[in-house]
Order: sequence, then C-alpha cells, then structure tokens
Amino acid sequence: MFDSPLHKRHIELGARMAPFAGWQMPIQYEGIVAEHRAVRENAGVFDISHMGEFEVSGPGSGAWLNKLLTNDLGDLNDGEGQYTLMLNQAGGVIDDLIIYRLSEDCHFLVVNAAKLDEDAEWLRRHVTEGIEFVDRSAEFGAIAVQGPSVVEIWNQIEPGHELPARNGILIRADGVVLCRTGYTGEDGFELFAPPEAISKWFDTFLGAGAVPCGLGARDTLRLEKGYPLNGSDLDPIHTPLEAGLGFFVKMGKEDGFMGCDVLKAQAEAGLTQRLVAIALQGKAPPPRHGYEIRNADGSEVIAELTSGSLSPSLGIGIGMAYLPVDQAKIGTEVSVAVRDRLFPAKVVKKPFLK
Amino acid sequence: MNVPDHLKYSESHEWVDDSSAESAKVGISDHAQAELTDVVYLELPEVGRVVSKGEAIAVIESVKAANDLYSPVSGEIVEVNEALAEAPEPVNEDPYGEGWMIKVKLSDTSEVEGLMNATAYRETLS
Repeated sequence: MFDSPLHKRHIELGARMAPFAGWQMPIQYEGIVAEHRAVRENAGVFDISHMGEFEVSGPGSGAWLNKLLTNDLGDLNDGEGQYTLMLNQAGGVIDDLIIYRLSEDCHFLVVNAAKLDEDAEWLRRHVTEGIEFVDRSAEFGAIAVQGPSVVEIWNQIEPGHELPARNGILIRADGVVLCRTGYTGEDGFELFAPPEAISKWFDTFLGAGAVPCGLGARDTLRLEKGYPLNGSDLDPIHTPLEAGLGFFVKMGKEDGFMGCDVLKAQAEAGLTQRLVAIALQGKAPPPRHGYEIRNADGSEVIAELTSGSLSPSLGIGIGMAYLPVDQAKIGTEVSVAVRDRLFPAKVVKKPFLK
Repeated sequence: MNVPDHLKYSESHEWVDDSSAESAKVGISDHAQAELTDVVYLELPEVGRVVSKGEAIAVIESVKAANDLYSPVSGEIVEVNEALAEAPEPVNEDPYGEGWMIKVKLSDTSEVEGLMNATAYRETLS
C-alpha cells in the first residue's frame, strides 16, 4: 500500500482514509456533499498523487502511440492534450487517459492509478526500436484544483503566471507541470510537482480558499457529468462505442489503431448495447454500483448499474448501465432494484448536470 | 461529541430514551451520525413489526454507503419518524431530538438496564 506525499496533511485535516488502487487515499474531509458543492460553486483541491504519469519519446514515437490509442494525435499541436483510450485486440478498454503532445515525438500521458501497471506493461510489450517509454509516476505528487474560481485563485497565488489553455499542458522551469483538465466538469487544472513540493502547493490552494476534497466527491462530480470511471463503467469487454465515447475514437486514422477492426465491424453490424444515463424518478435510495436494472414492470433483469450515486447537485439518484439498445433510448422507463424493492427510473440524456 | 446523560447507549451506537412508560424512543448517537456523514435516505420499518434486540430494522444511507440500524431493544415498533423519510437531515443535525427514528413498546424492560449509561458510552468513544 502506498502513501501519498500528502498523507500527513490528510490526517491533519481529519480525512477519512481508505485504500484505493493500492493507495491510502482520502475519501472525504468535511463531507461529500459539502465538498461537491465547493467544487460546483467555488473551488476544491483533490490529491491525485496516485495517478500515473508516463513519458514516451524517441523517433517515430508519436506515430507509434497513435496506433495504440483511439483518438488522433495528429489533431494536436505542441502543448495540447486530448482524452483518448487504449484498447486491447478485441476493442475492449484497457484504460482511458489524457495524452499531451510536448513535441511530435515526445508525449506526456496521465493514466488511472488502478491501471498503471497494466498500461505500462501493455506499452512496453509493444515498444519497437527507438521508442523510449518511461514511467515517471514516482517523480510526481499531484493535485487537481477544480471549480469556477480556480483562475481567480491561481492569479492570486501566481500573479503574472499563465495557466495553459483548455486541455493544454505547460511545463515550468521549476519542474511543475500544469494541465488544464479535470474530472469534475468544472474549469480547473491538474498540477504535478516533485513529491516533496506538492504539500506546499496543496496548502497554498487551501490558504487561497479552495476546499480539500476526497475521492467521494470526485466520484459524484464526475458522475453528474456522465464521465465514465474505468473499472466500473469501462472494462475490457466493452468497446468505447458501446460506452458512448465514439467522439474520442477516430476510425478514419490512416494507420488505424489497436482494436480498430473490431470497432469498425461493430459499428457496421450495429451496437447491441450502450452505456446510458439512468435517473431515478422521485424519492428513492441512492442507486449504487451493482444494483439490478429491470424493465419498467420489474419482470426482467436487463442490466446492472456500473456506477450509481445520489447526485448532490440534483438531489436525485443517478447511475449508468449498459442497456440493450432497444431499451437504451432516451425516455425509456426502467426500474432499479434496491433491497427487493423496485424504484422507477428513466434513461436520460448525458450529462445529468449541464 | 455530544452524549446526553439521560439516555442509554448500545455498542452499535444507538441511543434509547426509556423515560416514557408507553414506549422507548430510539435513534443514533452524535458519534454515529458524524461517522455516517450526510444521511441522504432513510428506510424505516413498518409500524407493528416485532423486533428482537440486535436485529437490523432500518437502513441509513449516506452518499457513500448504506448502513443498517440495529434495534438496541426487543419489542413492537409502535411509531416511526415518518418525517425523516422525506427529509433525513435531522439525523445529522439533531440526532437526539428531531432525528429520533422509532418508538418501541418494550417486551423486556430489563434489556434497557443492559445498555451503557452516558459515562460508559463516552469511554468507548475515547
């Protein structure tokens, strides 16, 4: 089990800690609802030191990566990033990640903690002559600063220093890496710094009014925006097309990509299931991962929730599930089984929260 | 943590108020509500149900998890706090007052004697 470089700070702040992807991480400090609201209305800081950072360089490495990832690196200029997916041969998801182009043949990748080893092994296995793959995860502690006030807070802390543009990356002379991305649907950025420097940054943002937020709020924030969580909503047996991530899959890329043929065939044959957003109707217990989805009258089990929670912003139960396409249309009435009781729910448009 | 002197407490952090001759009032302690964090949904038992001490009788849900409420006493449930089913906030805000959950007509009054007094319960929290 790893401790984050911020571990001591979490304990001092009274966080509830729990294991996540091999790390002891803060689940919440004051409470998930308060932290969630802080990010929607002002600003919050998350420890994301558990996430992985890779650097891939060497002649031809851009083209090589482009064949292992679904989005098109050809769309990026230096300093720009994109959300993308790494697939297995069957078109299933190994990981979803953000890749930043530092130069044509040097890229920075930020990957999920739970998949870090698998990602690294997959990339190393496919490495060809001249490609240099470096797992730099141990060199960084990281925080995500998220919310509508983050630019204001940043300008107060670092006057005269720019943040990168949306989806962009900025590597500073002091070794700090700034990425204008996040997992909350709000404006924000991720800050990567040497582990010994990250506490100072964390405290500086707290001092400027950002609220410490745990993985609990991170989950409710991303779910309201319909962002998938790998390992729950994404897995090696579902393709990104089924997951509704076709926007990040560029099947027209010249050299294709790992899993492309399977996806093309699937697109041609038509999908049989799709990851949809499901909203409980009226007062109901919070839906949770693994709960059964049944048809409207409850007679038939059609899926189970891959994610579920009470939405703190909307005050209703929300979740996602892979439903058969004929039951995946917006407006389809279904029911969610909670402890032998059925609660009415509907397939709704993503995101839950605009 | 607030631990009122006039109540009795169970090891699973429920409180019992047996000051009324008709029925004992049951809720969860201040410590329990703080551990659960924001309670967002409460599933209460049916009135008339006969329960045994230690039996799971209600489900208290926070954003993160569903937790059982264990009856600290045996008897018949004669009333439940219906208002909490609509708005469970008092469980966090006023756990010993508006946050009460059920009233039980005790089948064995000696069970209450077996519960902890405030001093003993405070010690388990320290």
